[in-house]
Amino acid sequence: MEIKVPALPESVTDATLVAWHKKPGDRVERDENLVDLETDKIVLEVPSPASGTLKEIKVQDGATVHAGDLIAILEEGEGEPAAEQPAGDAGAAAGTAAEAQPAAAEPAEAPARREGRGESAHKLSPSVRRLLEEHDLDASAVSGSGRDGRITKADVIDYLKTHDETTEREATREAPAEAPAPVAARQDRRVPMTRLRARIAERLVQAQQTAAMLTTFNEIDLSRVIDLRTRHREAFEKEHGVRLGFMSFFAKAAVEALRKFPEVNASIEGKDIVYHDYFDIGIAVSSERGLMVPVLRDVDAMSFADIEKAIETLGRKAREGTISMEELTGGTFTITNGGVFGSLLSTPILNPPQSAILGMHAIQQRPVVVDGEIVVRPMMYVALTYDHRIIDGREAVQFLVSIKQSLEDPGRLLLQF
Amino acid sequence: MAKSYDVIVIGAGPGGYIAAIRAAQNGMRVACIDAWRNRDGKHAFGGTCLNAGCIPSKALLESSELVHRARHEFSKHGITVSGLEVDVGAMQKRKATIVRQLTGGIAGLFKANKVEGLVGRGRLLADRKVEFTPESGEPEVLEARYVILASGSSPIELPVAPFDGEAIVDSWGALEFDEVPRRLGVIGAGIIGLELGSVWSRLGAEVVILEALDELLPAADRDIAKEAEKQFRRQGLTIHLGAKVTGARRTDKGVVVEYSGRDGAQTLEVDRLVVAVGRRPYTDGLLAEDCGIRLDERGFIPVDDGCRTRVKGVYAIGDCVRGPMLAHKASEEGVMAADLIAGEVAEVNYAVVPSVIYTAPEIAWVGKTEREVQESGRAYKTGSFPFVANGRAKALEQTAGMVKVVSAADDDEILGVHILGPMAGELIAEAVLAMEFSASTEDLQRTIHAHPTLAEALHEASLAADKRALNYPN
Repeated sequence: MEIKVPALPESVTDATLVAWHKKPGDRVERDENLVDLETDKIVLEVPSPASGTLKEIKVQDGATVHAGDLIAILEEGEGEPAAEQPAGDAGAAAGTAAEAQPAAAEPAEAPARREGRGESAHKLSPSVRRLLEEHDLDASAVSGSGRDGRITKADVIDYLKTHDETTEREATREAPAEAPAPVAARQDRRVPMTRLRARIAERLVQAQQTAAMLTTFNEIDLSRVIDLRTRHREAFEKEHGVRLGFMSFFAKAAVEALRKFPEVNASIEGKDIVYHDYFDIGIAVSSERGLMVPVLRDVDAMSFADIEKAIETLGRKAREGTISMEELTGGTFTITNGGVFGSLLSTPILNPPQSAILGMHAIQQRPVVVDGEIVVRPMMYVALTYDHRIIDGREAVQFLVSIKQSLEDPGRLLLQF
Repeated sequence: MAKSYDVIVIGAGPGGYIAAIRAAQNGMRVACIDAWRNRDGKHAFGGTCLNAGCIPSKALLESSELVHRARHEFSKHGITVSGLEVDVGAMQKRKATIVRQLTGGIAGLFKANKVEGLVGRGRLLADRKVEFTPESGEPEVLEARYVILASGSSPIELPVAPFDGEAIVDSWGALEFDEVPRRLGVIGAGIIGLELGSVWSRLGAEVVILEALDELLPAADRDIAKEAEKQFRRQGLTIHLGAKVTGARRTDKGVVVEYSGRDGAQTLEVDRLVVAVGRRPYTDGLLAEDCGIRLDERGFIPVDDGCRTRVKGVYAIGDCVRGPMLAHKASEEGVMAADLIAGEVAEVNYAVVPSVIYTAPEIAWVGKTEREVQESGRAYKTGSFPFVANGRAKALEQTAGMVKVVSAADDDEILGVHILGPMAGELIAEAVLAMEFSASTEDLQRTIHAHPTLAEALHEASLAADKRALNYPN
C-alpha cells in the first residue's frame, strides 16, 4: 500500500521530510510513527495506516514534499523482512545480465536509483536529477532560475562551483596552519536555518514591513491578583485539577478590553478591516524548536479553569512537538510573557495578521506611591504593540488601561465592566 | 452597435483577432475593426496571414510539392505516373476554399466569444476614442477604455520596379497567378521569395531569384543556409546573390529586369516579376494627428516590452511594431496585451520565437545561430545530425538536410536549434519548448524520442554536441 504525505493546511505549501524512523525491511505496527515532516510551523508525524513491513522508501531525508506525495510503500500483513528482496532482485538481474552485455545491468539499477528522489523528481529535468544524484545534493539546496523557479542544469553547476570554492578556501586556510605554531583554525560554521526558524524569520520581517508597529506601555499592581491566588490556590486546584496561574487573569482581562476596543481584535485584509466577533487568544510558548503560539478558542466562553487547563495542554503539546497545525493557526490576539525569562520591559513583535500583542513581564517588588505614601507593590510592566494602521494611539493606551484596571481590581472581571 | 467598449482592436489579422478573442475571454466588451478587402471586393477577417500570406502560400506549397513528388519521387516507390496533368485553376480553387473556411472561422469565433466584428476602417483619435468608418455609412466615434492597434504590414514596393498588379506583382499577386508563368523573376531571396519561387518552380516555371545581399537567408545559421542553397539550386531554382535590381521595364511579353551583379550589369527577361524584398508596417489612416502616437523612423509604432505605446491604455502589436514579422509573434503579443489589460501578469519571450520557411526541404530555427553565439564571445559547442542517417526520413524519401544544436560550453544551456529537412516547422516545437524551460543539451539527450521518427534527429544532434552521437560517427 502507498504511504503518502497527509494533507497540509492551506497556508503551508510543502514540508521537509526530516527523518525516517524506519528503514526498508523494518516491521511497523499500525499507528507507529514512520517519519517526521517539518513545515513552517510544526513537525508532523506520519503514522503507519496498517501493520506490515516497510518495503520501500521513495523520498529521502531532507527532501521537499507536498501533500499527497508518495513517500513509501508498505507491505501489509505478516510479510517477512523485505531486506533480502531488493538485494535479491538486483542480484538476479545482475546475474543474468552478466551473461549478456554489461550495459543491460544498468536498467535494473537505474529505476531504483531514480526513484529515490520521489515526487519532486518529476519537477526536475533529467540532467538536474543526474547531477543532484551524483553530488548527493538535495534539490532544496539549489535555487532555481528557470521557468516557475525550476532548477536548471546551469543552476546546479553554479551551485557546485561556489561550494567547491568554499571548500577550497577552507582547505587552503588549514594548510598554512602546519608551518609555524599550530593556530586554531578560525572558521565560520555554516548551519542552514531549520525550516521553522527560516519561516519565523520571514514572518517577523514581514510583520515589521507591513504594519505600522508602535508599542505603548503601562504598569500593573498585581497585589490583588496575587492575594486572590494565595487565598484560593489550593481550593482551586482541588476543584479543577489545575494550578491557578496568572495567564487566566490576563486572558480574561484581555477579553474585556478587546470587547471595549474591537479594533484591537481586528485584522487588515487587503484594503478591508475584518472585525472578529470571537476571541481566540494565542498564548506564546517557547520550545526548543522556536517560538510557537497555540491558540485558545472563544476565551470569552472559557472559565479560569478552562483557560489554565487549555494552556497546560497546549503548552505541553508544543514542547513535545505533538501540537497540530489547527491548534497553531487563527487567533485574533496574542499574549506573550517574557517575564518568565526575567524580562522587565520589552517591545513584542506583532503576530500577523493580528493587529496587537500584549507583552507580560517579570513581576518585581517596587516602591510605588499610593494615596500619597510610598509602598512596596508587586509590579509588572505591560506592553501593547499595535498596528497603528487600524488602532489609534488613544485606543491602544486605553486598552492597556482597561487591562490594568481589570487586574488591579479583579472584581471588575466578575462584573464585566 | 454600442458607443463604448472596454477594448477596441483595430485589425483582424493573427494579432488583432487573437487579441480580441482573448480580451473577450478575459471578460471585456470587445469590438474588432477590420478593413481587409479581397480581390473580389469582399471583406474577410484574418488579415494578410489568412488571405494573402501564410495560409494561401501553404496551400499552394503543398499542392505544388505533390506535383513535384509525383513527377520525381513516385518512381522510386515503384509508382509510375503517366499523363500527369496539373490544373492550376483547381489548385487555386482549393486554396480559396481553405482561406474562406478559415476566415469564416474567425467570424464564427468572434460570434462565439461575443466579439463585435466591425467591417470598415478604424482611426485612433485622442483620449482612446476611435473613429470607425463602416464600409457604407457615416463615420462615427467609438469610445474605449483600451485600444489595441494591429494594423499589420504591407509589401515594400521598389521604386525601380513599381507594382502594376499584372506583370510586376507583390507576394499576394504571386499567389494568385491563374497559370504557370514560363519564366518567373523574383526579387528577394528571403522567406517569401524562396517560398513563392518554390511553388512556381515545382509547377514548371523557370525561376530566377535576384538577391541583393551576398548571403542567402542572413538570419539563418550559415550551415543551414549553405546546405539549403545547395538544395534549392539542385531543384532548379536559379539564385543570383549580390544582384541589385536597377530597373524593370514592361514589355508586351512581360518584364525586362536590369540588375548589377558580380559580373557587371545584366538583364533578365521574364513573364512575370515578383517583388518580395520585405514588408513595411502599415499604418495608413490609422493614427489621427492628435492621437499622441508618433511612428519611429522606420514607420513602426514604438512600444515597450509589454506592447504599450506612449499613450496610456493604447497597445500596438504584430507587424506594425518592432520584432520579427511573424504571425505567431503577433498572436502572442495579442494575448499579452489582452492579459495586461485584464490586470494579469503577461509577457512574450522574444528569445524563443521560432522562424519557419516552408520550402522543401523546410527550414526552421529558434534561438541563436552559431555566428551570433560566436560574436557574443560565449564558449560553445555544436552538434549536427543529417537526415540521411535517420530511418524515418529515408522511408519518406526526404533525406536532405540536418538538425544542428548550438549549446553553451560552460553550463550546457541550449542556445539555438536549427533544422533543414522534412517537417522542420513541426520539429522545431520541441526545441522551442526545451528552450522555454531553459533545458540543457543533456536534458534533450536524456529525453526519450519515439522510433522511428524525424524527432530522433534532434535527439541525436544533441548527443553529437557532446561527441556522443549513437547513429552517426562523431
